[in-house]
Amino acid sequence: MIHHPCFLLHSFLAESAARSPDAIAVVCDGQRTTYRDIDRRSNALAHALAARGVERGDRVVILGDNTIDTAVAFWAVLKASAVASIVHPQTKPAKLGTLLRDCRARALIADHRLEPAFAEPARSSPDLATVMITGTTADARVAAACERLAALPGLTALADAIADAPHDAPPPRRCIDVDLAAIIYTSGSTGEPRGVMMSHRNMVAATASIASYLGIARDEVILCVLPLAFDYGLYQMILAFSAGARVVLERSFAFPAEVMRTVADERVTGFPGVPTVFATLLGMDSLASYDLSAIRYFTSTAAALPVKHIEQLRRRFPAAKLFSMYGLTECKRCTYLPPEDLARKPDSVGIAIPNTELWLVDECGRRLGPDQVGELVIRGATVMQGYWGKPEATARKLRPGPLPGERVLHTGDLCRLDDDGYLYFVSRTDEVIKSRGEKVPPREVESTLLEISGVREAAVIGVPDELLGSAIKAFVVPEPGVVLDVSVLQRECRARLESFKVPHHIELRAALPRTSNGKIEKSELG
Amino acid sequence: MHDDPTDPQRHLRDFIVTNFYIPDGQPLDEVTSFLDAGIIDSTGVLELVAHVESRYGITIADHELIPSNFDSIGALARFIQRKRGRDGGSNGGFNDRLAR
Repeated sequence: MIHHPCFLLHSFLAESAARSPDAIAVVCDGQRTTYRDIDRRSNALAHALAARGVERGDRVVILGDNTIDTAVAFWAVLKASAVASIVHPQTKPAKLGTLLRDCRARALIADHRLEPAFAEPARSSPDLATVMITGTTADARVAAACERLAALPGLTALADAIADAPHDAPPPRRCIDVDLAAIIYTSGSTGEPRGVMMSHRNMVAATASIASYLGIARDEVILCVLPLAFDYGLYQMILAFSAGARVVLERSFAFPAEVMRTVADERVTGFPGVPTVFATLLGMDSLASYDLSAIRYFTSTAAALPVKHIEQLRRRFPAAKLFSMYGLTECKRCTYLPPEDLARKPDSVGIAIPNTELWLVDECGRRLGPDQVGELVIRGATVMQGYWGKPEATARKLRPGPLPGERVLHTGDLCRLDDDGYLYFVSRTDEVIKSRGEKVPPREVESTLLEISGVREAAVIGVPDELLGSAIKAFVVPEPGVVLDVSVLQRECRARLESFKVPHHIELRAALPRTSNGKIEKSELG
Repeated sequence: MHDDPTDPQRHLRDFIVTNFYIPDGQPLDEVTSFLDAGIIDSTGVLELVAHVESRYGITIADHELIPSNFDSIGALARFIQRKRGRDGGSNGGFNDRLAR
């Protein structure tokens, strides 16, 4: 229930902490943390940030895994009236530098174990005034890291900063709800990072909408194996906090047996995943050995869940509801398929989420009727404020809507509606590949390959893959007289790209097929 | 490639260095945590499992796929030695059992 005239995203935390301070908010790494504790620690960290010059609207980048520190840091940045941007812990140094400079980050909060990733970019980001690394200098490893990193601006150990700051109340509120709460980085079609600007109002609206159709209640225990750096992961924590419920943070689904033991022990009720997670889950030989009777619902998004996996999930978990969903970071989510429609419309991505409207348009912007394929347009309170610092890219996506001054989101996704108004995803208008549920722009992988010495040409496509949805396949033409080693190419890509963008298959070719006007003909590769 | 079959450490290190990205300045010793250091993520774990299964002819059950067996060169080498001391044959490991 929203009581305050200016309800900000972190009002969820404040209200839940006031209502049930002793309830467990986060379970992570065997540690159970109460709402009171998260509230107090984030109060203190917010004060610490403010004391170090972080002001209303400043961007604070958080580099970390799904840990309690990352969670506390997120809420603390909001309480400091600043804008939070959680960045994936696998981000490579050059990319991190690009992100820090792109959003002109004022502060960086980073896991001390990721020192090799952030040391250099933190040194060369001109707007950065404060670097906080997790841990306390009472820990010899952290003290040693602080010594090595002493040249970084305003270097502090996070736990020391929290210990020295007041815990009882947050700093004064400076924001109103149209101010930015978060910048969530996603990839444009050329691979350049785009910071999706989300206001407090955007994120509160998205949370309210999703919580309503999932029926999130106070006794929910929501699993989060997806990175907090992605909106799908981040919203698991926000959804839990909005209801005073519990989130179980896991770093990943890399060790499924361990995660499933936690799911059983913690009596997890909500299990969000992507198709890769469900393929792994259903393939486990020990699946029957866990008591998973508390699971009330599954959610899947990022790519279509194969119908056979839908059927296996329904057989294995007959009491659980399965929500198949679809969306893009730019509006958080577009649609969900009500579980009762799953049997009759298994290929549909469903209907608009509550408080959102959608329609399809042709190339001239004319609205289309049923069974015609066109671009999906989204109207509603979750539509982003734009891409940070990219007015042209923003203008392509956000265009005038029905009301004066209103902007609606042109998604770039081609879809179709049936007679009942259910949406079907057809394809993307850009080339972006979805692998393991994550966006991989072929052009970014191609330009990375082209940076490697001896590579003359490169073309990257997605090929169907049982586990990944699409696997990344690269075709590489060597410079004349050069012998390329595929494993060396892969290693070079690993040094430059997040791991999910590294080609799974590389095929060396003498030449690539071309169209009559000289463009590479990707449809002939495969 | 030749390696001492009783101690797979050297081979494992070669495999990690060749196939994964080790950031500059990142030490990779027997106890370095692959996950903490950001060397291997969930897809990387699957690649590592597939490699270990095929190279050492062992089958890894999912209850064995845990960080204490897989999160460092030393842990993985000890796990392989234990497995090889116990069973030899392979009949479809973790990667073969993914839901099809």
